[in-house]
Amino acid sequence: MLKDDRLTRVLYVNLSKRTFSVEDREDLFSRYIGGTGVATQLLHEECSEHCDPLESNNPIIFAVGPLTGLYPLASKTVALFKSPLTGNLGESHCGGRSAVALRMAGYGALVITGASNIPIYISIDGHDVHFRDATSIWGMQSFSSGRIIRENESGAGLRTIMRIGAGGEALVRYACVTTESYRHFGRLGLGAVFGSKKLKAVVISGRSSIPVTDTKFYRKSYREIFKTAVESPVMKKYYDLGTADNIEPLNKFGGLPTRNLQESRFDQASGISGETLAEQFLGRRIACSHCPVGCIHIAALRELYEDEEYFYKTSMISYDYEPLYALGSMLGIGQADHYLKLMDRIEAYGIDAMSAGVALAWMTEAMERGLITEAETMGIRPTWGDHTAYMEAAGHIVSQPNEFYRTLAQGVEEAASRYGGEDFALTFGGNEMPGYHTGPAAHVGSLLGARHSHLDNGGYGIDQKVLANKEVTPEELAAMILDEEWWRQILSSLVVCFFARGIYLPDLVSQILTVTGFELTTDDLTRIGREIHREKYRFKYREGFSLDNLRIPGRIFETPSPIPYMSRDYVEQTIVRAKNMLSL
Amino acid sequence: MRLAVLETEKCIGCQLCMFACSRRQNEAGLAKSCIGVRSIGGMERGFTVVVCRACEDPPCARVCPTGALKQRKGGGVSLQPEKCIGCGRCRDACMVHAIFWNEETNKPMICIHCGFCVDFCPHGVLGLKEERRSNHAEG
Repeated sequence: MLKDDRLTRVLYVNLSKRTFSVEDREDLFSRYIGGTGVATQLLHEECSEHCDPLESNNPIIFAVGPLTGLYPLASKTVALFKSPLTGNLGESHCGGRSAVALRMAGYGALVITGASNIPIYISIDGHDVHFRDATSIWGMQSFSSGRIIRENESGAGLRTIMRIGAGGEALVRYACVTTESYRHFGRLGLGAVFGSKKLKAVVISGRSSIPVTDTKFYRKSYREIFKTAVESPVMKKYYDLGTADNIEPLNKFGGLPTRNLQESRFDQASGISGETLAEQFLGRRIACSHCPVGCIHIAALRELYEDEEYFYKTSMISYDYEPLYALGSMLGIGQADHYLKLMDRIEAYGIDAMSAGVALAWMTEAMERGLITEAETMGIRPTWGDHTAYMEAAGHIVSQPNEFYRTLAQGVEEAASRYGGEDFALTFGGNEMPGYHTGPAAHVGSLLGARHSHLDNGGYGIDQKVLANKEVTPEELAAMILDEEWWRQILSSLVVCFFARGIYLPDLVSQILTVTGFELTTDDLTRIGREIHREKYRFKYREGFSLDNLRIPGRIFETPSPIPYMSRDYVEQTIVRAKNMLSL
Repeated sequence: MRLAVLETEKCIGCQLCMFACSRRQNEAGLAKSCIGVRSIGGMERGFTVVVCRACEDPPCARVCPTGALKQRKGGGVSLQPEKCIGCGRCRDACMVHAIFWNEETNKPMICIHCGFCVDFCPHGVLGLKEERRSNHAEG
């Protein structure tokens, strides 16, 4: 690593004392590269054992990596914290302008500790940290608060504005942090951790230089990566239709969770497909900083006010595969404009679209089965496809007017343990399921993965590319899942967007890291990936996680997946094999 | 030749041009970049590219008290650093805010219209143009 690279600088901000300091942590970056690797160590250092995730001793850690600001698609920020949803390792990734802004402000990581007694936001530029009173924007939805902060702060084009909405303030355990209106630290409740600290927003900006060892090689390798990125068919898919492109193929494959996974094909899938949304609603495509792909798809929804003729409003609402699954097929919503209205509401509240969708789906089925009644739901009778009922219920999850909604705001696992229906409570490790009922690899991946997310590993891809074509043993499957998860620790330490995993292969990573002064062979990378993974599990076990008592929702075995030999026994066997491989 | 913003509406805000400008100067990061991309008040409304428009009679050169900004053939200016005293009048005179500032040297940084960034614009927002003002719709 180069001596004058400011990557190794870690900014520590204490909200209780309103102080900040900078420490050089070359020790961590040289050993764990950046991103997830470094943030895991900072979490070990800063998070008190068995702390309440919503108490002031739960830290928030943001980290970027050596390639951020140097190469395209190294465009993500990793956030680590103790999750208020699962009570264990919380890890969430976000793009937007966040990664480049942190790196350009001259830091590799930001650690936020303590809690404020009044609503505040912090503004970080290259030289200073300001603690600003946020009383006037507390209670405001994330869209409007973003606009007001934008008008009050400098650094246009060079800044990120991470903020929460009412969901985070109300400590909904799956509240998200939104950046640049449309990107999110979505999963595992970072928004609630912000809310518990009375932290409305974090603004970061800067425009510094990054030293490189060999300018000529840097320019040459950059050009090659750029060329691959813009010419690759995979990237074209993300640009053309965005991740919504996956709706049709996953439905055809029989892996699209529908109506709380009572089905794995959605009869109205074409109504919320990438094609339909693009043709009828696509209003703009935008990109994260330093990414030529531009996968962010924004729909323009034009609505007539009911009480006045010729008076319209046009809302710009994002869509992606995961929210389309969670707020679409999972709720039986097959009309794009209905999805968009619900999504717009969820965005305004600042809660994770995936967890919210799964929560509403569980609520619908629990009502169908008589586990809850209108007494609990306060008169709402959700039925599949009724987006207005879901909008109303989402409002109650945030305002929590009674015991039922207070419980549902703590997640599906909590709600099911209280009201029943655990077999169809679709959580893995306490986290609501992603949109893949592709087969055992996806589900085992979610159960094993350090943050119980499909992005931990390649499970959903292994189902579609490998298991769909041949039968593999539990042993083989465990190895495939872990191999990919180990490598993803490296990608998320660099921090490269997982969409670019086909470009940033081990040989290339090893070569271009030399530009930043890292001399790591592909073997070194494999070793470090495993070590980071082990370190995450060290944290998880410290906080009470165990692979021996994983709750597997029975529903995944009742609803056929495309892989016919998926059974409880097969899934459990695979977990046992993985446990042995991890020496846990 | 001069750099032109051909189609602002196609800009997805990826900012690859900004990083390209640094690389052209054998740099990495953004400190030396002479081009900027920012949203027009929120990402949903699109972006604007902030870069020298290659004025034929540049106001920045006109207000320079030491003659450090020399008019460039084809429009725009080139900086003669030895003459610059870092007063910042050029920056104030540019109403499109296309004069960036080098904090280390305390001197302006202005696009030299080399066109290096054009290659890295994935959607043809930027281009090199020979003639001036032929297209009034230019962004």
